[in-house]
Amino acid sequence: MSIDISQFLDTFYEESFEGLDTMETELLGLNPGEADAESINTIFRAAHSIKGGSGTFGLMNVADFTHVLETLLDEMRDGRREVIQPAVDLMLASVDVLREMLTALRNSEDVDTVRVAEVHDQLEALLKGGSADAEDEVVEDSGEADNAIGSSTAGWSIGFKPLSHLFKTGNDPVRIIKELSELGAIKASADLSAMPEFDLLDPEECCLAWQVELSGEVTEEQVKDVFSWVDEDCELVIEAISSAAAEEPEPPLSEPEAAPTPAPVAEADPTPPAESKPAEPKPVEAVAKKTVSAAAKKPQAAESGSIRVGIDKVDALINMVGELVITQSMLNQLGEDFTMDRVQRLQEGLSELERHTRELQENVMQIRMLPISFSFNRFPRLVHDLCSKLNKKIELKMSGENTELDKTVMEKIGDPMVHLVRNSLDHGIESPEDRLAKGKPETGILHLNAYHQGGNIVIEINDDGAGLNTDRILQKAIEKGIVGENESLSDEKIHELIFAPGFSTAEVVSDVSGRGVGMDVVKRNIRDLGGVVEVKSKKDAGSTFTIRLPLTLAILDGQLVRLGDETYIVPLVSIIESLQIKAENVNSIAGGAELYKLREEYLPIIRLHEVFEITPVNTELVNGLLVVVEGDGQQAGIFVDDLLGQQQVVIKSLETNYKKVEGLSGATILGDGTVALILDVAGLVTLSRERVKALKNQAAVA
Amino acid sequence: MPTILAVDDSASMRQMVTFTLKGAGFTVIDAVDGVDALAKAKTAKVDLVLTDVNMPRMDGISLIKELRALPNFKFTPILMLTTESGTGKKTEGKSAGATGWIVKPFNPDQLLATIKKVLG
Repeated sequence: MSIDISQFLDTFYEESFEGLDTMETELLGLNPGEADAESINTIFRAAHSIKGGSGTFGLMNVADFTHVLETLLDEMRDGRREVIQPAVDLMLASVDVLREMLTALRNSEDVDTVRVAEVHDQLEALLKGGSADAEDEVVEDSGEADNAIGSSTAGWSIGFKPLSHLFKTGNDPVRIIKELSELGAIKASADLSAMPEFDLLDPEECCLAWQVELSGEVTEEQVKDVFSWVDEDCELVIEAISSAAAEEPEPPLSEPEAAPTPAPVAEADPTPPAESKPAEPKPVEAVAKKTVSAAAKKPQAAESGSIRVGIDKVDALINMVGELVITQSMLNQLGEDFTMDRVQRLQEGLSELERHTRELQENVMQIRMLPISFSFNRFPRLVHDLCSKLNKKIELKMSGENTELDKTVMEKIGDPMVHLVRNSLDHGIESPEDRLAKGKPETGILHLNAYHQGGNIVIEINDDGAGLNTDRILQKAIEKGIVGENESLSDEKIHELIFAPGFSTAEVVSDVSGRGVGMDVVKRNIRDLGGVVEVKSKKDAGSTFTIRLPLTLAILDGQLVRLGDETYIVPLVSIIESLQIKAENVNSIAGGAELYKLREEYLPIIRLHEVFEITPVNTELVNGLLVVVEGDGQQAGIFVDDLLGQQQVVIKSLETNYKKVEGLSGATILGDGTVALILDVAGLVTLSRERVKALKNQAAVA
Repeated sequence: MPTILAVDDSASMRQMVTFTLKGAGFTVIDAVDGVDALAKAKTAKVDLVLTDVNMPRMDGISLIKELRALPNFKFTPILMLTTESGTGKKTEGKSAGATGWIVKPFNPDQLLATIKKVLG
């Protein structure tokens, strides 16, 4: 029978990546010199599992690489090798290499053999150079080779006297003798001399011994293999018999030493299939090779993107579906002979249906939710690496790691977060000397925090560094023409400037915080997720970046608005208020743009029908409503015909079904089957700002 | 058909072992570590135990000791799944009461051959 073991590869990759994450976390937590045994053990175990699995599943290059790493860890675990920082760093590099190898293998790509070899050699060098005695590498079953009689003898005379506890190891002497019989023809005789009298017999103890004559072309190796499981649980004498002596069985080995009453020695043959044909020797190990090569063929698809879901979440779903089925059958029954006096029941049933559907929806969403620790977990490593690179001392604090958010959101927020953290480490937190000079503790603190607020998840990245330098930011912004020469801005406004496109203050481009792929990209990425990012900063006290994100990208709370014959959806989170337009508050400015005076602020009015070029019911502002929204840090008023209801809508991507449309973030299907488009508020605000600018320019030219 | 208790903290190994053994007609109970295995061993009739050595919570060696202390497992064959580098582990396992071992990496055919040999 041959089993296609490639079917287990997906699981193997998944658990290996988890194992690597664990290794990384534990390695980062290690204190060289006083390494915690439990941590080393955990790291060892993870490496060990990857090695075992990769060997089994035919990924030999991974197995070879991990073997060296494992040997190193094994020595540390046994206390034969000291845990020193260079070793920890090298092991961290090994984790990276393994991750790259496994990723490449999973995606059927080429492994970067140069890099693998490089780190592999470093590990080997460390192993050789290090303290430990490299006893592990001794090949188990060499040694016997110089035993000249090894090869061709007529057979073997084997004296096998199990110790009394043999049964308690789960071994069965009969099985062993049977196995010998598969090697060649055997003649076995039992030595009953150690048998006590029947009433003294303890059935749990083995008191028999055997003398076996094995003939045929069998090597001593093969014989020893048969006894390998019991070699410490028996007295074993293996002697070669020359062709001449083969006929003469030797007397039973060792005389009973302290046998209470010597039982009559009788010739007995306890093994039924004693006479088996002297066929080809069939060592057990020989079955190896075949299927390993079969498994070496390429894994099928790349990343299938699976998630692990807690059993309780699945149980909740099943429970919910059960309820739904009951409601459905109740409604079915009602429908079979429906009369008007049962309308009440129908309504009840429908509202129950609605409740169950909503609960089901919430629970299904729950499945995609993962704790943000998945994303936070990469930071200890990042901070560790950057600290040594930048010669800074930084302590990383994390809280709210169990806050859950959608898997897709989590994957997409990773890079912007890394960018912000790198920035804080590079530009925010000062060098130990500078900190001491400022009277701050030498070690800076970077704090990552996450919590839920409303339908959002809030992620804070806080450092106690130098804070944003408002003077320099303003100066730079003026240089770049982002801000006018004489504009006076509040500190908050100046801080916001760092998110402006093309703005980067780093005087020295370092490979840490990148080459001015600045905060504008971070901001755009976050905006694409329907989120916002803000910064609060105080000189010498530090900065806090706050990212606010919707919990999921799949569902949105929307306000339905009517515009002509069309229904649009405005995300509820971006709506500040809605109001009836008063004519006296509308101001027209050059180029035909309009502003609405709301309290002391002037908001640009976005006439949606103009943006989308559709026919509204009316074009008179006073006959419609203004929905005040905030997007991209800017407020604006969207002019619509009417407000309809609010509801949760399932977002369908426009891009996958059609193409990206400026000002729209997606579409949804309403209860009556019509399609409603979802407004991208931030995009709209930008769009209208550009329009106003264009109009202004036109006006200026004219 | 005999029942086999298969213990491994690695999900892929567990899947592979379970799939192989079930395919050969064995009944398989699987467990994720020593603690899990011990709990399951107390409530089931098991003909053979197959256990990984390195596992969190309770490793294979401790599991073997615990199992041997149970009356039902006094003579039950217990095989360790071990890697070649773990020579020391074999001895340790043996003195804990293991019957024998299967060396990793192994393939399904080797696994079945060894188990059939032990169960006769």
